[in-house]
This record gives sequence, C-alpha cells and structure tokens, in this order.
Amino acid sequence: MLDAKIPGGPLEDKWSYYKAHAKLVNPANRKKLTVIVVGTGLAGSSIAASLGEMGYNVKSFCFQDSPRRAHSVAAQGGVNACKNYKNDGDSVYRMFYDTIKGGDFRAREGNVYRMAECSANLIDQAVAQGVPFGREYGGYLNNRSFGGVQVSRTFYARGQTGQQLLLGAYQALMRQVGAGTVQLFARHEMLDLVVAGGKAKGVIVRNMDTGELERHGAHAVVLATGGFGKIYYLSTLAMGCNGSAIWRAHKRGAYMANPSWTQIHPTSLPQSGEYQSKLTLMSESLRNDGRIWVPKKEGEEREPNQIPEEERDYYLERRYPAFGNLSPRDIASRAAKERIDAGYGIGPLKNAVYLDFSKAIKDQGEDTIRKKYGNLFRMYEKITGVDAYKEPMRISPAAHFSMGGLWVDYELMTTIPGLFALGEANFADHGANRLGANSLLQACVDGYFIAPYTMANYLADEIKAGPIDVRDAPFAAAEENVHQQLKRLMGIQGNLSADYFHKTLGKILYDKCGLSRSKEGLEAAIKEIAALREEFWQRLYVPGGYAINTELEKAGRVADYLELGELMCYDALARDESCGAHFRVEHQTPEGEAMRNDQDFSFISAWEWEGADKPPLLHKEPLHFEFVTPTVRSYK
Amino acid sequence: MRIRLKIWRQENQQDPGKMVNYTLEDINPHMSFLEMLDTLNEQLLQDGTRPVEFDHDCREGICGQCGVMINGRAHGPLANTTTCQLHMRTFTDNEEIVIEPFRATAFPVKCDLKIDRTAFDRVIQSGGFISVNTGQAPEANDMAIGSPTAEAAFDAAACIGCGACVAVCKNSSAALFTSAKISHLVLLPQGKIEAQERVRKMVDQMDKEGFGHCSNTEACEAECPQQISVLHIARMNYEYNKAQVLKK
Ligand SMILES: Cc1cc2nc3c(=O)[nH]c(=O)nc-3n(C[C@H](O)[C@H](O)[C@H](O)COP(=O)(O)OP(=O)(O)OC[C@H]3O[C@@H](n4cnc5c(N)ncnc54)[C@H](O)[C@@H]3O)c2cc1C
Ligand code: FES
Repeated sequence: MLDAKIPGGPLEDKWSYYKAHAKLVNPANRKKLTVIVVGTGLAGSSIAASLGEMGYNVKSFCFQDSPRRAHSVAAQGGVNACKNYKNDGDSVYRMFYDTIKGGDFRAREGNVYRMAECSANLIDQAVAQGVPFGREYGGYLNNRSFGGVQVSRTFYARGQTGQQLLLGAYQALMRQVGAGTVQLFARHEMLDLVVAGGKAKGVIVRNMDTGELERHGAHAVVLATGGFGKIYYLSTLAMGCNGSAIWRAHKRGAYMANPSWTQIHPTSLPQSGEYQSKLTLMSESLRNDGRIWVPKKEGEEREPNQIPEEERDYYLERRYPAFGNLSPRDIASRAAKERIDAGYGIGPLKNAVYLDFSKAIKDQGEDTIRKKYGNLFRMYEKITGVDAYKEPMRISPAAHFSMGGLWVDYELMTTIPGLFALGEANFADHGANRLGANSLLQACVDGYFIAPYTMANYLADEIKAGPIDVRDAPFAAAEENVHQQLKRLMGIQGNLSADYFHKTLGKILYDKCGLSRSKEGLEAAIKEIAALREEFWQRLYVPGGYAINTELEKAGRVADYLELGELMCYDALARDESCGAHFRVEHQTPEGEAMRNDQDFSFISAWEWEGADKPPLLHKEPLHFEFVTPTVRSYK
Repeated sequence: MRIRLKIWRQENQQDPGKMVNYTLEDINPHMSFLEMLDTLNEQLLQDGTRPVEFDHDCREGICGQCGVMINGRAHGPLANTTTCQLHMRTFTDNEEIVIEPFRATAFPVKCDLKIDRTAFDRVIQSGGFISVNTGQAPEANDMAIGSPTAEAAFDAAACIGCGACVAVCKNSSAALFTSAKISHLVLLPQGKIEAQERVRKMVDQMDKEGFGHCSNTEACEAECPQQISVLHIARMNYEYNKAQVLKK
C-alpha cells in the first residue's frame, strides 16, 4: 500500500509539525553530502541554490546551453500567492480550497494546503532577489486575477513572469556556482538513474557536445525536469522538453502517477499547417479583459468585425455566468472544442475561436490595454501578422501542462528512496486540473521551501554511507544500458526521422487521449502506439555521429515517448470516470459537464513498470478528505 | 515560395568550416524561419546527409537560445524579433538567404550554427545577483518601490541573453548584456548595497572572457530583440567609475 506519509493533526499544523520533527544535517557534515539536481527550471535552480547556500555539495544538470533557458522562462501570466494585498477576502484556506476544487478533488489536502501556506514567502524571496513584479503607483505590489478563482492573488512581471522568476533563481544558482558549492553541467542530458542497494545513488549523463557518457554519484538525486506535454508534439512547450529523465527513473522503479492528466490550454494560437513545430501560448491573463466567442451561424464566412453583436455566441458567458471568460482551463478548452466540433470554429482551418478586446478597449482605453498586455499583442502580431487592437485574436486549445508525473509522497520523494521529484516533473498538487499561475508557484515552493527540509530528513541518515564510488557495478551496468540504447538507435539506419514518429504519436494522443477520451478510442490508441513503436525500431534513421547530434537526442526522447504515451492511454482507460481535464465521454451530464465518481475513483493512480513485454501494474493511493467535502465542481 | 540558402557548415570547433548552398522549393510563407530549417533538415536526412545543427528551444522569443546572422543581421531583418519569431513572409520569392553563426572570440563555434555562450553565465556568476539566501527575505511590501522604478528595472531585466549584441558589435563587446544586469539590480533599492562590488567584478569578468570594449556604435541596441537601451551602458560606466573612485 502506498503511504504518502502525511502528518496527522489539523490541516494548518501539518507542515509546522513536520518541520519541527524532521531530522537535520549538522552544518559541518553537509559538505560531505553530494546531491545531484537534474533540471535548472524554477524547481531545479531553486533547490540547487538553496542546498548550496546551506553548504551541501551540489551538481546541477540541464540540456540547454545555459540554466537560464529552462522552459520556466516562457511562463507569461503570473504566480499565485495569498498575500491578501487586495483585501478581497483571500487567505491560505481559500487558496487551498480553490486549488483543491480546481483540481476536481483529486489532490491531497495536506500537499495543497502546504503549497498555499508557503506561497506568501515566495513573493518575499523573489522581491528580495530583485524580481521586478508589477506595482501600483504607490509603490506596492499589484495583483491580477486568473481563471478559476474570485480573488486577485496573481503577481506578475508584465507578460514575462516566468522569465523574471527564473532569472532570480538562476542568479541565486550562479552565485553558488561562484561560491563553489554548485558545479554546473549545461548541455548534459540525463539518460539513466543509478540505483544501488535500493537507493538512488547517481545518474548517467551524456555530454551533448562531445557525446561522452559520464557517471555521477550522489547521496540523493533530484529530478526537476519539467513537464512532458511535448509528447503531443504540437504543444506550448519548448522543443527540447521531454519525459526521458522521469521515464528512465520509472523504468528503474519509480511509480508514475496519473500520467494521462494533461492540461489542454484554451488560449493558444491555432495550428496553421503541417510544417508547424509548436503552438504559442497566449497568456490566460488575456481572459481578464478579452471575451471569447464564436459566430452563432454555422460555417460563418464574414470577417469578425462584420458580425454584429447579436450574432455572436459568447459561449462561456452563456454557459458559466458566474465565472464567464474566467472559467477554469479544462472547462474553457472543452467548451471551445464543443463549439469547434459542432461546426462553429473560425479561421481558415475552422479550428479556432475568437478572443475579443473591443469592449475592454472601449471601456478602459487602448492605452490601458496596451500597458497590461502590450507584449502579448506584439507577439501575436509577429506570429500572425494581425493587429489585435483592431481585430479579435484567434485562439484554440493546445497541450500545455502535465498534472501527472512521478509519484511522490509528502516529502516529495518517489518510490525509490533518495530519488526526489520537484516541480512539474512530479504529480503532486494540482489534482486533475491545474489552476493558472499555480505551477510557477509549485515549482518554486518545492525547491525553495519544501525540499530543503524533506531532503535533510533523508540525508541525515546518509552520512554514514560515505563517499560514492562510480566504479561500482550498478554504475557500470547503467552506463552500458545507455550505451547499448544509443548504439541501437544509431544502428537501425531506416528512412524515417524521429520527428515523423513524434508527430504521428502526437496525432494519436490528441485524437484519443486529449480533450476527450473513450474506452474504444483508448483501446485503439494502445494498439496504434504499439505498432508505431515497432515501426520506430525498424525504420528510424539517425544520421551523423555520437558528438553534437540533435537527431540522436530527439530519437532517444521519442523512444521514451512511445512507451510513456502507451502508459497514458492505460491510465486514461483505467479511470472510468470524468474528472478535471480527464473527460471520458461515457461519463458526462446531459449538459456535457464532467461526471466524477467519488465512490470508485477517489484515488491516485500510481503505475509500476513491469517490463517491456508486460502491461503496467496499477497501485492505488486512496484520497482522504478530512477537511473539505468533495462537491460537484460548478462554475455556473 | 522558393528559397536559396547559403549556410555555414562546420563539423566541430577545429574544422575551418565553409558555406554550403541549398535550395528549397514550396516554402509556405507562414512558416517560421526555424520551421524552414526543419524542412531543410528533413530533406537532408532523406538524402542521407547530416542535418544543419542550430540552437533553439522555446521558439517563442524568450529563452534566448536561438540566434543566427541572417544576411548579415543578427536575428534577421526585422527589428525586435528573435530568429525563432521570424516568418518566411518577410522574405521574397527566390531570395538568397545567407545564414551564419553569431561570431565573437568569446563565442566559439561548436558545430554549424551552434556556438558556446557560457561566457555570459560566467559574467553573471561573477556578481550579477543580489546576495540573499533562501529564507532571509523580509515581507515584500515592507519596501515600496515606485512603479516607474520597477518598470525601468524590468526594461533592463528583460534581456534574454541571446548574444546578438555581441555578434553585431564590431568590437564583440558584451557591454549591453552586462550593463543590462547592472542596471536592473542597481535601480532597485535591494540591489544598491552590493552595487560597487558587483560592477567591478562583472566588468573585470567581461574583459577576462575576451569581449571587446564598447566604442558607442550602438549597433547592439538596434539589433536587440528586447529593445535593451544603450543608456544602460552609460549607467554601467558611471557606476564603474564611481566604484573605482570610492575604492581608493
Ligand atoms: C508557455 C507556458 C506558459 C506558462 N505560463 C505559466 C504561468 O503564467 N503561471 C504558472 O504558474 N505556470 C505557467 N506555466 C507552467 C510553468 O511554467 C511550469 O510548470 C514550470 O515553469 C515548470 O518548472 P520546472 O522547474 O518544473 O521545469 P522547467 O522549467 O521546464 O525545467 C526543466 C529543466 O529540466 C531540464 N531537463 C529536462 N530533461 C532533462 C534531461 N533528461 N537531462 C537533463 N536535464 C533535463 C531542462 O534542461 C530544464 O533545465 C506555463 C508553461 C508554459 C509552457
Ligand atoms: S528559441 Fe527561444 S528565443 Fe528563439
């Protein structure tokens, strides 16, 4: 039975109780302990910097050429924290409740409460680092509101909040590199986890410039490798985002939790052709002032500005009067898909809906709107060539965020002792749907405020382990495993590119394991993915050699996606209910809303790898609701 | 549309490298510039040749990883636009496009269009931060910072570290990059305490990395995708001189 190790007692005391009783590592002993941190996004940079400051020996890895380029940099909209600066009734409890409800009651109370509890500290920390958050004229911090809540608790730095938070964490990290506590390995890709004596003891990485494989040993390993939404190929993620680090850890024994729960973001730019490589996100903050609509007439051909007010269907305002355009993401995306599928989509491919600012511009003036969203409007114009001050934007849903990830307990430790997962790489806090601006928060809180305590609790017992010898057999075996896989990929010499397989897999997943899922579709997808995988291992072509070789990097990632994609389908199939972003067509109300089944599915699905030729094994971690009562999530 | 490409190909750091010609037919004008390179690479792969290596990741103009010289201009012909945000509609049918890596002594070419920009990380490492440990921060609203100050700090902090400023500078100077960080931090009250030490260390590191001196040509501002202003360089010089005077 999986034990999340959540401390007992009242909700508001759990974390204080944990901290008061966790083991500590004597400052003099910390430099004898090495920690590997894979990933330099908000989660990775913040834990690496924090551990370095405390005096541990840290090794930090990322695949980009600089830690500052991790995909956290791309987050636009903002970061939540319950400071209640707006005096609008916010509190830790309310933030906890909004998040639990937003996640459709499929997250742990203890974890979610802790995230809300630590949120205020994050703003303090970031401001002290020099993060230039938006301010009011009086000089105090400003907030905006984000989807799924009725208070303003979102802090922002224009439309570049992720960039600014990441630069704060990156600078803290570089300070530690200068101080000699952190060693940096950019352009190093983790390709295997080393487990020895049942504990995580190191990683095998590939130097992406020289092609050499390296062994690194440590007393604990942190995976902060971000989300794997790029598995859908077209997504809002960066080209290099991948699932490989967590997938390889999964194959070494770490369970994967709720892997199919993917947030499909409602406001991205629509696909315009087959050549397309990514879907750019338009920040959700735009929904504060933009109104979403489609024409009332099916197959409408007129330009948007020629369609009179009474012939527009503001479907979110119509279906969800209380939250309207600020309805949570899963609901907004599904509502868009419903309209598009029914034949009301707009744009050349009829795959989009309008996001219209004309009313906001009329009410507040163009200058105000420019000040709030200028860079987003500029970005829109760069990509589409359209001026959104004059004409509504065209938007459509796109794969965006992985609620699922490695299973972790309250200490953020996976099922492999000594292996921790932080940030988007774990599954912990967002349930079946993440609220906007909560994931920058989660990544930061995991790294700055939670893992430094929980890892010490683990490391305190590792001092007696002594230094780790990378010449030991488990390291050699893991390196050999990676070497063989690379050789195999290079040796196929077929005629299809890694991208071909990635795009094909993406289509299968969008179609059958995306915004809506059915038993029939998922069963078909499992077969299709297995066939595609077979084809991959027969017809892949990787040109070039072992040194700098983007095609080889891509091939390794796609090989993992072809296994992870299958697990996602198994996961979606096993969960025979609808909840949050997971919408099984068999379970909906007559109005098309998701129908949860608390009787049978109030649990976290944690999957165990059983080997390549066996289906995965499902473990269930029951969810206990002691402090809130799961209700039907209504935004009407 | 039809596109004629001249691309810098270089096997590794030791290889002298050379320009190679390619032609692409049927390019969709709505494609992004990098998607055009993807298309070329798919074609090269089908022909059994090594695809062109180029840097990129976010493809939305924020990570700073992309960046090549396009017809002699960093990130191509459009102002305030990264290579990944450039679209083929900017070019004309049958146009010749010359693509080269960003070049500077401090940015060695690793392979084709990929360069080594770790010098930037070392400049930041030398002092581009505020020394605050996790846990030390006071309540955020204890300190009011006027909105104009915060906005000015943001303007400087918006730098994406792509290196275009260095690539277009005839002296390969990193003055714009370094000064943007100095400005960002010195404008804020919490960053003033370490101002002198910071500017001295960062400027020294910049020199050590082999970046040249700034001779006020201002090409960097013109080509910066984030519109970082050369006024930051003036502020850096002022801060540096002040620090040198106060040191004695
Ligand atoms: C376009 C976009 C906009 C967003 N906007 C918001 C927002 O406004 N508010 C909000 O709260 N959230 C937002 N999110 C979500 C949020 O940005 C992410 O969830 C969060 O930044 C993830 O941080 P992370 O540290 O977990 O991972 P990342 O920042 O993705 O970092 C992953 C790190 O892991 C490294 N890595 C990965 N695999 C390997 C490997 N095999 N070997 C070595 N290194 C590896 C990478 O190099 C990188 O350093 C947005 C997401 C996207 C895509
Ligand atoms: S790829 Fe990130 S800025 Fe161009």
